[in-house]
Amino acid sequence: MAEQADDKSPLTQPFNIRDCALVSMATGYKAQNLREFKEGLLRVHEGSIYHHFWGRFLEPQFDEPEYSNDFAAWIYHRLNEKALAEKLSVIDPTDYEDIESVRQELVERTEDRLYENEFVPWTRADEQFHFVRSQIVVLDTGRYLEIPSDLQVAVPEMTIGSIFYHFIDARKRTEDGSDDFSAWLTGWGDTYNDLRLKLMAVDPFFSSLKELRFMVTEVLEEYFSGGNS
Amino acid sequence: MSELLDPYAEVAGRDVVNHLYQLAAPLKGMKVVHVNSTREGGGVAEILRKLVPMMDALGLDVKWEVLEGSPDFYQCTKGFHNAVQGFPTELSESMLEAYETVNAENAERLRPVLEEADFVFIHDPQPAPFLNFCPNRRGKWVWRCHIDCSRPYRPVWKYLKKWVQDYDASIFSLAQFAQLLPHPQYLIAPSIDPLSEKNIDLPEEEIRGVFDQFGLKPDLPLILQVSRFDRFKDPLGVIEAYKQARKMVPLQLVLAGGGATDDPEGEKVLEEVRKAAEDNEDVHVLLLPPDAHRTINALQRASDIVLQKSIKEGFGLTVTEAMWKGKPVIGGDTGGIRLQVVDHFTGFRVRSPEGAALRIRYLLHRMDRSEEMGARARRLVLENFLLTRHLREYLALMIGVLHGLEERIDMVQ
Repeated sequence: MAEQADDKSPLTQPFNIRDCALVSMATGYKAQNLREFKEGLLRVHEGSIYHHFWGRFLEPQFDEPEYSNDFAAWIYHRLNEKALAEKLSVIDPTDYEDIESVRQELVERTEDRLYENEFVPWTRADEQFHFVRSQIVVLDTGRYLEIPSDLQVAVPEMTIGSIFYHFIDARKRTEDGSDDFSAWLTGWGDTYNDLRLKLMAVDPFFSSLKELRFMVTEVLEEYFSGGNS
Repeated sequence: MSELLDPYAEVAGRDVVNHLYQLAAPLKGMKVVHVNSTREGGGVAEILRKLVPMMDALGLDVKWEVLEGSPDFYQCTKGFHNAVQGFPTELSESMLEAYETVNAENAERLRPVLEEADFVFIHDPQPAPFLNFCPNRRGKWVWRCHIDCSRPYRPVWKYLKKWVQDYDASIFSLAQFAQLLPHPQYLIAPSIDPLSEKNIDLPEEEIRGVFDQFGLKPDLPLILQVSRFDRFKDPLGVIEAYKQARKMVPLQLVLAGGGATDDPEGEKVLEEVRKAAEDNEDVHVLLLPPDAHRTINALQRASDIVLQKSIKEGFGLTVTEAMWKGKPVIGGDTGGIRLQVVDHFTGFRVRSPEGAALRIRYLLHRMDRSEEMGARARRLVLENFLLTRHLREYLALMIGVLHGLEERIDMVQ
């Protein structure tokens, strides 16, 4: 690893390790039933949609989540609407053009359920869904990686903020919705295609950031200790 | 690295401490003041005792000031506490007058420090009016509410709102506590200090020592609730749960608590608890001094199950402490306990003494499950509720407040 970036060809720029911290904020929107939930989805700041899919990773959470986003978990645990929870859980934001399209998908699936159901499912007043958004602070660690094999040493030492930034948050920044590591490897043409595919196959939805760091480290170790460099 | 922060790297990880340095860099040298109403007793004082020196070690210039009140003032603020937690409470004109006078006097005393600070954190309702008495303030003022105010008693909340609405931001422990206020409302869960006397590892003989010290029976399962003698902690419900469980399994109960200097109602509740515990030789009501941190640590470690059967709970740091010690917790299904006690995974959430009795019996019968839950509980605290995470969020909030409502604050040069 180098402290300073050298001039490289545009495709193989050094990888700048960044870090981030996130702090959650209330939006004032909340829902006690499925109709209010749909209204909340329509009105809330788009940062809240992002937060309930991704930002939650940097929030206190139990490390064995059943569902891939907060919406689905509430729909199941508080409204007891298992089928809708499953339908919302399979939404992968990276499949959509932008967060507004994700919002539309959530609204449509919820509306479908409201249309099918004769009753509007409710929960208790103290079990409402609270739409939350977040502010993210992005920091430069001043550290750079020169070549892909540097990842093997760097990733296990990264903070969970760095893992969040490069492996989760990247999905809304990169063109193809991939993580930053995979995006960086494309700069080496086809050389690291295998590694890229393995990294892209790591499912980030059901793990804590610590576990995710471990999983990415395993992929890198397996790849580089297998004679690749 | 500093002598204060280094040991946290051992517990939470070197990366976690490095992260704090990164985040604090843009805030270096800033003057920060925390104000609350007591240095001893209660979760707020415990958090500040460590948070303040840690911020200082990261290069911020931090002070912790304490408001000095009169008995009338504390009577009034105890009323606020109850009302904010939803208990209908009437406050007389004279009580409110005492509240405002004490605030005006204390603000006057602290004015130079407060007005020149870059950040002022005012904790809970007691010193909330300070902002109005500091017209020449230059920094950002943040009101930190540690109480469960999900359904506050409206008349009292309306009164308090007029004191807190002009702050630059507020902080609540959970989203459901946030209220309609004309400024950003941040959500930060509290934390425990893994290296404090209350949470450090203890030698086995010290843990076993509490059995002799308090006349407990070493061979009888021990259940424990640690909390102030406060109605919202439902100590009477705990005794009821014990009595019901005791019909099926032999066990002993310890209710351990201390008084906080800002809680005038504690003695009355303690009296009721003692009365309910009469004629039960295996119920031990312990009134501990505010600095009995190591004793509480040992009691928590000596217990088989820890209860926190609160009816209302801001967060429940005693739950966090017990979970850190690998104990499954039976907690009231309310407030911050929900964030920590994941039903059937790190403990059980209950809504009645009967529910608590049922879970006590289950956990004593299924020690294997009890151990599994305890291990998960410790992991949950390690990853989410240690002081290092709390500090990280405070630093991120400070950067956030300085940048308004920007969603993404890029500090990359």
